[in-house]
Amino acid sequence: MQKITRDVLIDKASALLSDGTVSCVLGWKKGEFDYDVTPAVFTTHDELIKDFVFSDFCGANFSKYLVSKTKNIEGRILVFLKPCDTYSFNQLLTEHRFDREKVYAVGIPCEGMADISKVRAISGEGIASIDTSGDKMLVTTLYDDEPVEIAPCDFLAERCINCKSKKHVAFDELIGEDGDVIDSNRFDEVARLESLTPDERFAFWQNELSRCIRCNACRDACPACTCEKCVFDNPASGIENKSPANEFEEKLFHIIRAYHVAGRCTDCGECSRVCPQNIPLHLLNRKFIKDMNDFYGEYQAGAEVGMRAPLVDYTTEDLEPGEVFDRRDTDA
Amino acid sequence: MRKCSLDKLDLLLGEIAKSNELYLPVDDSDGSAVYKKWEKGTALSDALNTVRSPKDFFFPQTENLMEFKMQGKNIEIIDTRSELEDFVIFGVRACDVKSFEILDRVFLSEPVDSYYAMRRSHGVIISLACTRPAETCFCKTFGIDPASPSGDISAWKTESEIFFEANNEKGEALLSSLGALLQDCDNEAVEAQKAKINAIMDKLPLKNLTTEGFGGGKTAELFDDPHWAELSEACLGCGTCTFVCPTCQCYDIKDFNTGNGVIRFRCWDSCMYSDFTKMAHGNNRLTQKERFRQRFMHKLVYYPENNDGLFSCVGCGRCLAKCPISMNIVKVMKTIGGDKGE
Amino acid sequence: MQVNEYKPLIVAFCCNWCSYAGADLAGNNRLSYPADVKIIRVPCSCRVNPMFILRAFQRGADGVIICGCHPGDCHYTSGNYYTRRRMAALFSMLDFLGIERERTRLEWVSAAEGAKFAATMNDFVETVTALGENKRLEDLRCKK
Repeated sequence: MQKITRDVLIDKASALLSDGTVSCVLGWKKGEFDYDVTPAVFTTHDELIKDFVFSDFCGANFSKYLVSKTKNIEGRILVFLKPCDTYSFNQLLTEHRFDREKVYAVGIPCEGMADISKVRAISGEGIASIDTSGDKMLVTTLYDDEPVEIAPCDFLAERCINCKSKKHVAFDELIGEDGDVIDSNRFDEVARLESLTPDERFAFWQNELSRCIRCNACRDACPACTCEKCVFDNPASGIENKSPANEFEEKLFHIIRAYHVAGRCTDCGECSRVCPQNIPLHLLNRKFIKDMNDFYGEYQAGAEVGMRAPLVDYTTEDLEPGEVFDRRDTDA
Repeated sequence: MRKCSLDKLDLLLGEIAKSNELYLPVDDSDGSAVYKKWEKGTALSDALNTVRSPKDFFFPQTENLMEFKMQGKNIEIIDTRSELEDFVIFGVRACDVKSFEILDRVFLSEPVDSYYAMRRSHGVIISLACTRPAETCFCKTFGIDPASPSGDISAWKTESEIFFEANNEKGEALLSSLGALLQDCDNEAVEAQKAKINAIMDKLPLKNLTTEGFGGGKTAELFDDPHWAELSEACLGCGTCTFVCPTCQCYDIKDFNTGNGVIRFRCWDSCMYSDFTKMAHGNNRLTQKERFRQRFMHKLVYYPENNDGLFSCVGCGRCLAKCPISMNIVKVMKTIGGDKGE
Repeated sequence: MQVNEYKPLIVAFCCNWCSYAGADLAGNNRLSYPADVKIIRVPCSCRVNPMFILRAFQRGADGVIICGCHPGDCHYTSGNYYTRRRMAALFSMLDFLGIERERTRLEWVSAAEGAKFAATMNDFVETVTALGENKRLEDLRCKK
């Protein structure tokens, strides 16, 4: 469950609306069920009271929305940012993707967000209600079965189990106490895959990527993917392809998608969250992050505004690509 | 009505697979269900439905239409179609069976799409009644009864047995070919099963969703509805809803240059994309609001207008479960439709 | 009996200022390297977008090699330093996906190193020949 409640956020938003600090609020709107939360813009206290929600299902990263929402608005927009969202926020500022003056950022603590597919896998389909007020999640189904209790370790999204930071790196105001950067195990799965043989790795990715339907949700949700026109949407680019016509196309898309955000990816995990086919796309991004940490020193995209990403930087003493493998072989 | 005990289901599937390619929903490595070809040991998934709809069988995501080979000034045109064998799709839910009817009206009306027609004529559909409809289901809104699915053969699964009823000659021929594996029986168990399903249907949260306010002739009234802006506000413009949808049927035709020839193929397209129906002057839907509106107006207004009031949605709930921002047709219908504010 | 000897297709991206001139020198000196190497001249090794490499594999290449000026000698001062980082990341990613790491290579060849160019190409062709056809990053549509 979240430590902070909906009421606290509504009070804060209403106060900032009424004193004119902000003209609108980017928040979460409740849906048909307890879990289908939609990002929305609120402009009045009444709208907030009616539809604003804050729960374990408010995983969406709002930073990317600021690119479009700060255009053509009067005054400033209030945005609630969880710690991991603040990294994307800084990264977008580094890339001059929105006007900082148009945003009033309120940092909010986060206890980790739930992954509805993990919940479903345990409770089964037909979720009637989800009670997130206790330490454990209580799921009731439509079929008169006993309610199911689910512990956080079983319902938290992968990115939250391996949360990299509870610290807000950007905000105008903070609600609650700030946390710390966490020494997480987020690279363990990448390391495990690296330790497999090439044949096993090939089989792993072949299986995962074969599920891709090229809906582009991973790209469209990604706060680092903010090109006005993506090469994959541009018929003139020569590589635009609307469907994963074969295994090559699947790999091409996913390698280029991950490569394009390499060094800029803050590891927010939106790509894996939105994937309708549950492909662990974050592993591709983490591979790049892990490599760059190994090759060029620790780097966390978005930790500060104005940092130079590893791929737009160099030293004269960098590793040769061949040495990368020599080094790994001696490590193994 | 004929039946078979569940522990003999594997034998039964094996018998069907002897003479036809057989596809059925199985559990994939990520835990969700997907249609796969039956092989020995393949088990039917218990999941309510697959992530991808079965429209792939008749309207695959990518389909080669023809090839061109260039030699000097000559262009050879090659028809890449090959004759299909009959195939059986087992375990199609009532909503998805209905979706075939919606696709048929598009692809089988003049001019008939011969690629689709060929696949359609070779497919035998064994539908399966839903045992446990879920909270995302709203097929009833579109007049679909999940307890009585159509298709060439209808099937019902109880805790220990599976029941079959042929709905046409094609289905009857297949059932007869299975011989002694099936026993004749009465309707009693199936009626009891239907009652159970209907009891769940009465508890579904979306049971009162109505199509009131939508349908042919509503274009002028709904096109400029002020709610489109707020509904589409968070839309990412990805194609998830269109690609998991069993009734979305838009496609693009593209040429792939192989270096020694050209493959002309078609692939699913999404009205959510910026280059959808792009023309020489550019795109005619410049904002996500317009693209978003197109999708729902097509399903709820334009399609019924051209198809005797039939809506182009079957209430399968895939978009409810999969949209990254949880915006979907139910929210659109409730906001803009007849039961505003319900 | 007819022996069908396998010949790999190699794409070599060579920078205009050093490696392409190095290839030229190799030719002038009558140094031999396999004709299976197809050279594509680029203004600088950092012109090579990762997409070029993937596209080369798609269109049937069995190996892709990028050649540029030695570090410190770039005509544009720093282009090859960026190349070095980009290719380290890309090659590592290809390896992560289970694609043979020997199929891609980055080498520094100056305009004076005709002999090195020929030796590098001979060695790379030999390595790729030993690996055999590119099966893991192929597009069958392009192989008909």
